[in-house]
Amino acid sequence: MSWAADLIRLATLEDANTRIVLLGCGILGAAAGSVGSLAVLRGRALVGDAVAHAALPGVCLAWLVLGDRSLPVLLLGALGSGLLGVATIAAIRAQPRIREDAAIALVLSTFFGAGIVLSRMVQNVPGGHRAGLDGLILGSAASLVRQDVFAIGVVAAAALGAVLLFFKELRLLCFDRSFAASLGRPVGAFDLALLAAVCLIAIAGLPAVGVVLVVALLVIPGAAARFWSDRLAAVVILAGLFGAAAALAGTALSAVLPAPAGARVRGWPTGPLIALAAAGLFAGSLVAAPRRGLIARLLGARRLAAPQQGAPDALPEERSR
Amino acid sequence: MIHLDADDLWVMATAACCAMACGLLGCFLVLQRLSLLGDAISHAILPGIAAAFIVTGSRASGGMLVGAAVAGLVTAFLAAAIRRIGRVPEDAALGVVFTSLFALGVVMITWVAGSIDLDPGCVLYGLIEFVPDDRVELPWPLAGVAVPRAFAWLAGALVVAVVFVSLLLKELRLVAFDASLATAMGFSAAALHSVFLGVTTATIVLSFEAVGSILVVAMLVAPGATARLLVDRLGAMLLVAALAGLASAVGGYLLALCMDTSVAGAMSVVAGGLFAAALLLSPRHGAVARLLQRWALTLRIRGEDILGELHRAGEPRPSPPSAIAEPPPEMPRWERSLATRLLLLRGLATRSAAGLALTPRGAERAEELVRHHRRWERYLLRETELPLDHLHEPAHRVEHFIAGDLARRLEAEVPDASDPHRPGATERNPD
Repeated sequence: MSWAADLIRLATLEDANTRIVLLGCGILGAAAGSVGSLAVLRGRALVGDAVAHAALPGVCLAWLVLGDRSLPVLLLGALGSGLLGVATIAAIRAQPRIREDAAIALVLSTFFGAGIVLSRMVQNVPGGHRAGLDGLILGSAASLVRQDVFAIGVVAAAALGAVLLFFKELRLLCFDRSFAASLGRPVGAFDLALLAAVCLIAIAGLPAVGVVLVVALLVIPGAAARFWSDRLAAVVILAGLFGAAAALAGTALSAVLPAPAGARVRGWPTGPLIALAAAGLFAGSLVAAPRRGLIARLLGARRLAAPQQGAPDALPEERSR
Repeated sequence: MIHLDADDLWVMATAACCAMACGLLGCFLVLQRLSLLGDAISHAILPGIAAAFIVTGSRASGGMLVGAAVAGLVTAFLAAAIRRIGRVPEDAALGVVFTSLFALGVVMITWVAGSIDLDPGCVLYGLIEFVPDDRVELPWPLAGVAVPRAFAWLAGALVVAVVFVSLLLKELRLVAFDASLATAMGFSAAALHSVFLGVTTATIVLSFEAVGSILVVAMLVAPGATARLLVDRLGAMLLVAALAGLASAVGGYLLALCMDTSVAGAMSVVAGGLFAAALLLSPRHGAVARLLQRWALTLRIRGEDILGELHRAGEPRPSPPSAIAEPPPEMPRWERSLATRLLLLRGLATRSAAGLALTPRGAERAEELVRHHRRWERYLLRETELPLDHLHEPAHRVEHFIAGDLARRLEAEVPDASDPHRPGATERNPD
């Protein structure tokens, strides 16, 4: 019963490393969920996808040019090229013939391609190896150390703080951009601030969950929380809770589950389990949420379709249905 | 000079088939704002590949292709269902589906990782460099000829894409530009969309093994977007997209050889570079062309303003200055000097010791402009409630665009082209 022992160890937070990983992923999940929910409402759900992919060339360049492999340096490089990617999307959008979806896909694939080119060059440098890079692409939460958690915490807190500070403005932006503009608010600046927050979170999430799955943390909790409330504050808070819950559940699962038989890896990868936990929350919300959920809407539809006793204007064939 | 051997040519040919097939289909993704669907499908086929391996127990391509194709279609339909059922925005629905499926795929691969050599990294980067190592014999008419397996598959994908697009061009065009019209004409847009998704998914799956998931996105979107900036007609767009795909494949391979780096990465960089070049330099829609058009328009308007000023200066002083409310708006110095130089070049004005003067042709053009200006003022005065001192500004803006038919109609409406600001020139209607 080694998994039971694992469970007890986890529940009592005995293991210092587990504590750190749980803390880091939890903070990341909460921040990504709440900032991501705003991005989802603003119709920018997949900008985080582009940013996370666009980070790769910056990471490689930081590695090649600065020769420093410490995480903060690599993440600074990632932030630089991620922001460049966001700026490129904005520049492409200025051309009316190319829509935002194509702009995102272009930036994502081209920047990532450049990153692959550079990472191969890292490999060709004597003494260069890509272990660190692959860690950033697929994420390796289990290898988070105290400094990484500290960095993630600072970045996440900064992004969350920005969101709280500008909550009123962001609410206006999310629901009625043109009204906000007509009030003379600098909507362009708010848009940029939101994108910058998404960018920060996406980069901070790279070491833990990797390029693809950081998108899961940004998008899924927000989309799930939207089912439960129509009030923005509630959606943002709930998305933060969902994000934290998914992150904690995924991390705990990867610590507890027995490693697959004959695997070359130490255990289950944390990032995918976090994403699957979030997907479970989303599926639950889709089905069970009051009013907007599937069950509630089916029941509502039945109530509407049910024949009313003696309804004078109901046509015969409708009654028989 | 780079020396290319047969293997290099095979890799290039494989990449070219992939890029052209993706480029053709990608045009419709770009036009229908479905670019991110390509991204989503190319990530989400991972669990299909893993499931096929778990079921068949082998890495044979057939099973994996089927598994991947199923997963790709599941992605498209699941995202559509979530969007409809949950009223989730389209991009968020895609984000939810493809990240979840990708995560599922990684978990499944981890599950069987002990017995399979399927590295998630190679899913991202592809293995096009190793294409020539895995050969198949062609069937009957070319029996005995061995070609790389990936080349055979991707050449097939290209043929399918070409046939599909050329057979259904009319229908695809209708659905891409006006799906509701297609439905109204009794033509099932949804059915065609499903077929299109099937062909696209199959192409993505076939390309995926060769070039990796991210490059598939580049090949799907970049050539189509490049073509969209260069040409307007759909047929031309398809042709340009195929050429852009071909150029990215060949250019990317050569770049990778020169820099000794990843072929897939270099191909997507070249494809992105082609798009960036089109974004800047396209003759009609490029940033440079649009900037030049704007400058040309500015200079034309400034030149016409100068002509008008000269004309008015030559008229007998019509009225006390207060009748014209605003002074003419300031013109930046360099714009004035450039516009003046253009007038001199075109023979509309001459410069003498006394200053700038109109030539006979210039005077004719200036008179025409001022006539249009005053007719517009009179028209506004008659048709709107604008007070006298608000007439000049709109007329000053509109006078540059009155020509041809509009000028004839204006003349028919307002025969009197004298200045409405002169005292006693007009009587306002009391109501």
